[in-house]
Amino acid sequence: MTVIAKSGAKLATAAPRTARKTGRTDRTYWLMLVPVLLVFTLFITVPAIIGAFYSFTNYVGYGAWKFVGLANYEAIFTDPNILHAYGFTLLFSIVTTVVVNVAALALALGLSAKIKFKTSLRGIFFIPMVISGLVISYVFNFLFSTSLPQIAGSLGISGLQTSILANSHWAWIAIVIVSAWQACPGAMIIYLAGLLAIPPEVHEAASIDGAGVWRAFRSVTLPLVLGYLVINTILSFKAFLNAYEIIVGLTNGGPGTATFSVAMSIFTGFANGDYAYQMANAVLFFIVTVTLSLLQLQFIRRRGVSL
Amino acid sequence: MSATQTTTRIQPAPQPQPVAKLPRRKKRDGARINWGITALMAVSSLTVLVPLYFAVAMALKSAKQAASGSGFSWPWPMHFDNFRIAWDLTHFPRAFGYSALITGLSVIGELLLSSIAAYAIVRNWERRFFRWSYIYLLAAMFIPFPVIALPQVKLTGIFGLANPFGVAILHILFALSFNVLLYSAFLRSIPYELEESARMDGASTWKVFRSLILPLLGPMNATVGIFAFLLSWNDFMMPSLITANPAHQTLPVIQNLFQQQFATQYNVAFASYLMAMAPSLIGYLIAQRWVMSGVMRGAIK
Repeated sequence: MTVIAKSGAKLATAAPRTARKTGRTDRTYWLMLVPVLLVFTLFITVPAIIGAFYSFTNYVGYGAWKFVGLANYEAIFTDPNILHAYGFTLLFSIVTTVVVNVAALALALGLSAKIKFKTSLRGIFFIPMVISGLVISYVFNFLFSTSLPQIAGSLGISGLQTSILANSHWAWIAIVIVSAWQACPGAMIIYLAGLLAIPPEVHEAASIDGAGVWRAFRSVTLPLVLGYLVINTILSFKAFLNAYEIIVGLTNGGPGTATFSVAMSIFTGFANGDYAYQMANAVLFFIVTVTLSLLQLQFIRRRGVSL
Repeated sequence: MSATQTTTRIQPAPQPQPVAKLPRRKKRDGARINWGITALMAVSSLTVLVPLYFAVAMALKSAKQAASGSGFSWPWPMHFDNFRIAWDLTHFPRAFGYSALITGLSVIGELLLSSIAAYAIVRNWERRFFRWSYIYLLAAMFIPFPVIALPQVKLTGIFGLANPFGVAILHILFALSFNVLLYSAFLRSIPYELEESARMDGASTWKVFRSLILPLLGPMNATVGIFAFLLSWNDFMMPSLITANPAHQTLPVIQNLFQQQFATQYNVAFASYLMAMAPSLIGYLIAQRWVMSGVMRGAIK
């Protein structure tokens, strides 16, 4: 008994000893990590805490302030502009996520098929990823507001003769198009990586079994890229919730406040002198983002088991 | 006569057809080219190419040409003057310099800091502090920039960092979580035994990292570097909020600042857009394969 206990104790001390052995060089490891962590904490964590703190005050960005409890949060829930911004941002994010993933998967399927000019085509479809979203939005802005109505006019299509960007009901469609245009390559690359990882024997087996194109896609390809679909959905949805620069380039939130996103409303915190109020909005936005991400994960995990 | 005619007509007719068809199909399978999908993809690629063509066509127009028509027609004569006007108007070299400064600092900073931090974490995984640091960094991935933008603007102002250096620091820190995730996944696949002999020879941890680990990280460095470049070079949100002085702004922000002036001269505006897009576009065209494989590696991890 005591022998075993002793040997156990020996083993227990043996393990830390190896750790202690490396522990001599340990100081270097601490030097490698701790300074980075401190700077990270200073610039990311501390602002988060400060911001959350001020959301319970009436601070305007400078000068004196006092606590106001949950007044800012209460005000948000009755502020039609902010509620509209949340509605728009969510609708935009959901639609764009679907559009991007359908288009990116279709492109990845096409680019992984037996086609000619494969490298050139892949190269072309990747281009939007290296271009600034704001700059390309300005290009599309001109296309939507000037070129498209002119072309529609000469073709006699009456519905498109005015700028879609000036239409408060349909301006968001333009934002979806440009956002999808820009986000497609990123998702496409992930799908392409997934499709290229599928061994060709799998497709051969499916075609020998007499599976048609659609059937082979649904029962063979899709389950195999499901993991990539999950990653893409979460990543793109999270990115679209922060929609900012493409909206700045296309509508700047207009017409009126029709395409005002949550990020845009937070950024007005300084200009309008409602720092504390917009910080409450930011905290709420953070909660919404995290909740939606966790819900997606939860949903996918449950589905993932059955698939 | 008619019978033989029909037989001669019928007999060879159905037989050679499948015979002739089969080898052709086999040949097509052998060449492995699906022309239908090729055509479909080529047509789809116009969604990318047409806006770019449009930007080039607009940038080469005179003010008069730009104001007439839908803008798709190729201008004749071409006006390369627009580039010079845009170059002077937006102080292109200055904006380019600040973009390059921020991007350069971000790329170098991200490569060094995140690989070092990931190395320390992976090699000390059995220690609670290092494990928790990893979780702490990853948890921060849930914080989007807009959430902490306002306090950060104040904070960088207090530290005298409301300038390109502050933007670069924030780029490095916001990418830290994702980069540490990428690096540590890669570092875990490097066996410790590889370092042991070097350590027995008395190499310090720094020395091991510099001369042994860093070269092994090559492919991951490419991936992290490409993402760092793209996100930093094309960013609009952070520099526009953090940098206080408009004269210190980056290329994308400059396009935004000059919208008022651009509204009356679209040809100059498009020349400016094109010049803002050109550096990353040219870089991509030169290193296309390297960029694609680097990004794809990030996708698999």
